[in-house]
Amino acid sequence: MDFFDRFSIPPHDDPMLYASIVAIAIVSIAIVVGLTYFKKWGYLWNEWLTTVDHKRIGIMYIISALLMLFRGGADAVMMRLQTAVPDNTFLDAQHYNEVFTTHGVVMIIFMAMAFIIGMMNFVVPLQIGARDVAFPRLNALSFWLYFAGAMLFNLSFVVGGSPDAGWTNYYPLAGTDFSEHVGVNYYNWALQISGIGTLMTGINFIATIMKMRAPGMKLMKMPMFTWSALITNLIIVFAFPVLTIALLMGTFDRQFFTNFFTTSDGGMDMMWANLFWIWGHPEVYILILPAFGIYSQIISTFSQRNLYGYKSMVASMVVISLLSFLVWVHHFFTMGQGAVANSIFSITTMAIAVPTGIKIFNWLLTMWKGKIRFTTPMMYSVAFIPLFTIGGVTGVMLAMASADYQYHNTMFLVAHFHNVIIPGVVFAMIAGLIYYWPKMFGFMLNERIGKWAFWNIVIGFCLAFFPMYITGLNGQARRMYTYSESTGFGPLSMVSFIGALLLAVGFVLIVYNVYYSFRHAPRNVGDDPWNARSLEWATHNPVPEYNFAITPNVNSEEAFWDYKKNGHDLFKGKIEDIHMPNNSGWSIIFAGIFFVFGFCFVFHVWAGVIIAFLGIIGCMIYRSFEKDDGHHIHKEEIEETEKKFGGAK
Amino acid sequence: MKHDSNLPLEYSTETNEMNILGFWIFLGAEIMLFATLFTTYFVYVDRGVGNGPAGSEIFELTPVMIETILLLTSSFTIGLAVHAMRINRVKAMIGFMIVTLLLGAGFISLEVYEFIHYYHEGATLQTSGFTAILLTTLGTHGAHVTLGLFWGIMIIIQTLRNGLNARTANKSFIFSLYWHFLDVMWIFIFSFIYLKGMM
Ligand code: HEM
Ligand SMILES: [Cu+2]
Repeated sequence: MDFFDRFSIPPHDDPMLYASIVAIAIVSIAIVVGLTYFKKWGYLWNEWLTTVDHKRIGIMYIISALLMLFRGGADAVMMRLQTAVPDNTFLDAQHYNEVFTTHGVVMIIFMAMAFIIGMMNFVVPLQIGARDVAFPRLNALSFWLYFAGAMLFNLSFVVGGSPDAGWTNYYPLAGTDFSEHVGVNYYNWALQISGIGTLMTGINFIATIMKMRAPGMKLMKMPMFTWSALITNLIIVFAFPVLTIALLMGTFDRQFFTNFFTTSDGGMDMMWANLFWIWGHPEVYILILPAFGIYSQIISTFSQRNLYGYKSMVASMVVISLLSFLVWVHHFFTMGQGAVANSIFSITTMAIAVPTGIKIFNWLLTMWKGKIRFTTPMMYSVAFIPLFTIGGVTGVMLAMASADYQYHNTMFLVAHFHNVIIPGVVFAMIAGLIYYWPKMFGFMLNERIGKWAFWNIVIGFCLAFFPMYITGLNGQARRMYTYSESTGFGPLSMVSFIGALLLAVGFVLIVYNVYYSFRHAPRNVGDDPWNARSLEWATHNPVPEYNFAITPNVNSEEAFWDYKKNGHDLFKGKIEDIHMPNNSGWSIIFAGIFFVFGFCFVFHVWAGVIIAFLGIIGCMIYRSFEKDDGHHIHKEEIEETEKKFGGAK
Repeated sequence: MKHDSNLPLEYSTETNEMNILGFWIFLGAEIMLFATLFTTYFVYVDRGVGNGPAGSEIFELTPVMIETILLLTSSFTIGLAVHAMRINRVKAMIGFMIVTLLLGAGFISLEVYEFIHYYHEGATLQTSGFTAILLTTLGTHGAHVTLGLFWGIMIIIQTLRNGLNARTANKSFIFSLYWHFLDVMWIFIFSFIYLKGMM
């Protein structure tokens, strides 16, 4: 029995947990039964699980991200419910710790990252006129490793217990002395596995963007989203290895009793904080730069003019990416570096606001000179500008080292980073999803429901987070599961809770919109429903497997606009056979074995670790010997497809 | 897929070129990985010793010297292997690759000996922050070399089976990049961990 004890759920148990175990079981059974009943297993396996098509991988990332948004959102509502009134007893302290930890990790690593990488997958190859990414099979592996990590992390909730040391996972709190159960092991392995996937994505997209652009597309003629993707992936390649090592050390400390981050025998707990933020701060720019890219596309399309200040947009991103590696200490000004170090990092941090400000002005000037159409994606973008600016300004407040002693680890900080991440990243992803929806599925999402969702989300955001600035300045600490009535935080916390509910309603409306539009939206939207400008709109909706029947010939960053308005000859060649990579089940199997490896490691099941490790080696050997030269789509087939879409492009 | 017949075989297709570029980017990530280890090492080397031994008390010059010579030589022989490949001498190429792997195996054996020595000196993974980062850094490098040994064997088998073609040439060339890279990392380890530690 001893062996099985480790899988039970310390350190607390309550009815809600069992309810969710039952819910998970029911949903899983329903999915299996449903697939069997509708005979969809083959379809699922052949068309999705084994696919190497960047568009489908992108869509799978986005679906996973939305699932994680709801998981993290449930955590958020629970936290706000607990703190809605003083001295509440809905969650106890330990449970609250676990909820804010999983909320942070799920939202940053498994929601935002997945959403962004999903968008890059879908959009970048189309924007540069390529047939796929540089390494399609590796791309599928990236997705499945991410998915394995996400599943592993979510499993912690029902088997063994969730991590409880915050998403920043500071030691010694995260060490075995203070967090005995396996939760933090889950943290280490889930992040490790999905992190490897992310690193591969980084390599893949740099190679894709450097090598696979359509003829004529010089670097300075790439659409802005592709630029942001390039820079983001460079940051990924340089930042993620730091996390890899930090997690490895954490694993060693917890599972092999080393002294990296302990407080005895030469261990240094601050080393974790440093390594974590050397990865962590670039990570927040990994999140925001692609969002900037999406806003650039959307704002230029719906202002009906080209993006103002293209070169300065690129330059500012380059500067941001360099600076992002030089500011990490601002996350722990209060933890004893001394005045000189704090001053230096204070200045570098404030410096980041400059290139960011340049971008804000470029968007404003794009709109200033344009004729704005207020579609839903544009409304998100317009809301983004003032809201994100507030987040940036409070960021600069936090960047003043001496003042940070007042703000640090209060709700003011929580308000700051939600203020940059929600209007920055989340709005961008929703706007991008709505914008590219017809490219993905061939119909539009309903604008009226979309606007209802928008207003719920924007108002919900303001109500949920602005009060935190005030309570934070009044001294309310973050990560506290309750407070007494005499603090006076009660009324504003209630406002915050109402805001959280509105946000939840907004997200539910988005899902309802998908359902509604799927049932009712017309299917004849054509290839250019938004009157767009960049190259990805020069092919059909939904995009055929091979993307472009003829490789386009580009001469500006607005190739499609030139084609429509200035008579630029985009498709000079004629249709020929197209070479495509083959589908393969290898990636999902490989990632599945990684999942088993991680799971066994979390629980010290060494036999399982060894078997899974051999499986991993076996997969690599298989891959090394495998011959896979892909296949050709024949000319006739392409011509037929193109005819169905009403003529070749 | 052929695009330029003037290029060497390992660059001869678009896929090949892509693989090589991708691998260079991967090496960029590897540099960050080792840089993180080195940085941590430098932080712990004086302040993380705790009650355990310091570097100067446990390092032994002889095995480390031999390891260095073995690995440097193997970097030279893998270079010869690639040269043989360029002039299409398959047998010589495979010969040099085998020599490379043998030298690599010698390196690993000595490293194992070195670890056992540390164990007897009372410097284990658990002893102190310093020993933990020392063994993790060496171990990461050693694990890379070990992986390289198996990888090299795969490539030799495939070259023997299919001869020298765009695929096998590409793989061999990429393998040589990897091997040189491990050598460069070792030079850093040798200079900044061992030599500096013994001074
Ligand atoms: C003008 C630009 C920005 C400045 C000057 C800035 C400054 C800061 C500072 C000084 C802190 C640490 C405060 C403390 O711990 O007391 C912080 C925390 C944070 N910022 Fe920003 N920031 C900026 C933009 C962003 C952006 C764009 C994002 C994300 C997309 C972001 C995400 C975060 C997160 C996640 C945290 C802290 C998380 C935690 O401790 O759990 N920031 N920021
Ligand atoms: Cu930061």
